[in-house]
Amino acid sequence: MSDTLNSPLQPVLSVENITTEFRINGAWHPAVRDLSFSVKPNETLAIVGESGCGKSITALSVMRLISKTQGRISSGSIRLQGRDLLACSEREMEAIRGDAMSMIFQEPMTSLNPVMTIGDQIAESLRYHRGLSRRQANARALELLELVKIPSAPSRFKDYPHQFSGGMRQRVMIAMALACDPQLLLADEPTTALDVTIQVQILALLAELKERTGMAMVFITHNLGVVASIADRVAVMYGGRIIEEAPVEQLFDRPTHPYTEALLRSMPRVDRDRSELHPIPGQVPPITVRTPGCRYADRCPLRIERCIREVPPLAPVGGNPHHTARCWVRADLPVQESIAS
Amino acid sequence: MSAIAAETRLSRLGRLMWRRKAASVGAIVTLLVIVSAILAPWLAPYDPNEQNILLNLAPPSDEYLLGNDTYGRDILSRILWGGRVSLFVGVSSIAIAMIVGGLLGIIAGYVGGRTDRVIMAVMDVLLSFPSLVMGLLVVAVLGPTLTNLIIAIAFTAIAPFARIARAPTMAVKQRDFVEAGRALGFSDLRIMLVHILPNIMDEILVLASLWLATAIRTEASLSFIGLGVRPPTATWGGMIRDGFENMLDAPWLVLFPSLAILIIMVALNLLGDGLRDATDPKLRHE
Repeated sequence: MSDTLNSPLQPVLSVENITTEFRINGAWHPAVRDLSFSVKPNETLAIVGESGCGKSITALSVMRLISKTQGRISSGSIRLQGRDLLACSEREMEAIRGDAMSMIFQEPMTSLNPVMTIGDQIAESLRYHRGLSRRQANARALELLELVKIPSAPSRFKDYPHQFSGGMRQRVMIAMALACDPQLLLADEPTTALDVTIQVQILALLAELKERTGMAMVFITHNLGVVASIADRVAVMYGGRIIEEAPVEQLFDRPTHPYTEALLRSMPRVDRDRSELHPIPGQVPPITVRTPGCRYADRCPLRIERCIREVPPLAPVGGNPHHTARCWVRADLPVQESIAS
Repeated sequence: MSAIAAETRLSRLGRLMWRRKAASVGAIVTLLVIVSAILAPWLAPYDPNEQNILLNLAPPSDEYLLGNDTYGRDILSRILWGGRVSLFVGVSSIAIAMIVGGLLGIIAGYVGGRTDRVIMAVMDVLLSFPSLVMGLLVVAVLGPTLTNLIIAIAFTAIAPFARIARAPTMAVKQRDFVEAGRALGFSDLRIMLVHILPNIMDEILVLASLWLATAIRTEASLSFIGLGVRPPTATWGGMIRDGFENMLDAPWLVLFPSLAILIIMVALNLLGDGLRDATDPKLRHE
């Protein structure tokens, strides 16, 4: 396992150079290209990007939940605590999912089985992965309901999903995901479908649970406000690639990639006038369109000729190895010599 | 709200069904027939196989309410005992068809692709035979015993159950909780049986109540043409066949078992229709 940073903590998850492709009209098109990132225990990595940039596909790739008939992870490696997930059989993956790593989804309203009680659904995972008896599993499920702060949990244990509000259901989903103390939690836009006030509560809960359990979290969102409140590090994705990665304060202080910069400018803020909102002109190129250079080039105001020809590598920004960007113009890249290899 | 009171789906189904008069009559009559069949050994006034030559073709009387057959056996007792056979054959064959057909349908709908096409192609072939012809074929090949009769009738009902299970499986499969279940590491088998099956159970049960009537009719038809349970065991179809020769002299021999079949058929169809109406999504807000 290659550890790039001199940190005492080994990463929980390290993804290296994965490419996930989908078959469209008989041809394979990459939705995620050459993507690498890692997360350490008790760390939250936010993956940010607009719809279609490949952030959800990234999470599904890590879970190995890409549909086998239409998609494939064609290269790279995904290691969970050193274990190569791409080499695992489907049965081994079933043992890992929901146990060592789990995932919560965007739609709490439909992500619970309507004909099973809340208690049974939480207990199911414990009985399945841990082989607990019904009584032990129910006792633990009740603890989990209390952990995610469901009010008067014992009386709600036998309730069905339709008796819960969206925020409460998301709490239940979190309880299910955390039932077996995963080392890694993948949260795919867990607050997007919720009211703003409920969003804040869920974010606070996730942050608290992360502190308490020391798990690593990958938080996928398109909402930069959410990023600011929960993330330790941020990876910005565009067109299937990470185009900038930095600790959260640095990203907000010094957005380097023109896309990150534009994204921050297009975010509505209470402390600024509405007229200062700057939408990004143009559109994300569809994954069926292949470009030899930077995917953002045709929307980029700083575009130089090289951007169209060659994909820039992730390079440090301002000499800081923890802040990297994929930009010929802004990152520390020698302008003349070609680095692409 | 998109989510309906799902936990009470079955009890709600019962409540909606109960509101329809015809359906509740059907339910009560079906229940009565089932209870009388179960309690036949205690309810039947005479031994169904006891022959009494003096009572040969005796018409209904105070002592023998529905009369006596060619061998002087009590027709009421034979109808009560015959109901046991008819219901036993019907219920067990439909239970088998429900399990086999339901599982095939869930697998076809869940796995999709080639598996789906192969399973459904086989089901289409099975569906193209009328159930009586198919039952006849299977019994003729296997031989007329009680077990074979059940297998034969089950065989005729597998395809409709596979079809009825497949369509809602395909719909439920798309719902987020199935993906969430996969993210929790549940195997495909577990997702099919623990998460999808309870969500499509009401559709399967409605079909079962309708097909139970068909199964009872097929059993009676097979017994009538002599491919059912062997005499002297009483069955409704067999009794009609026995009484057929004397239909003009002693119509009660044919009339009462025919009425028994008619009653249970009508009752089951009323019940099934009521259940089907109750699962109609247009009635969700009643």
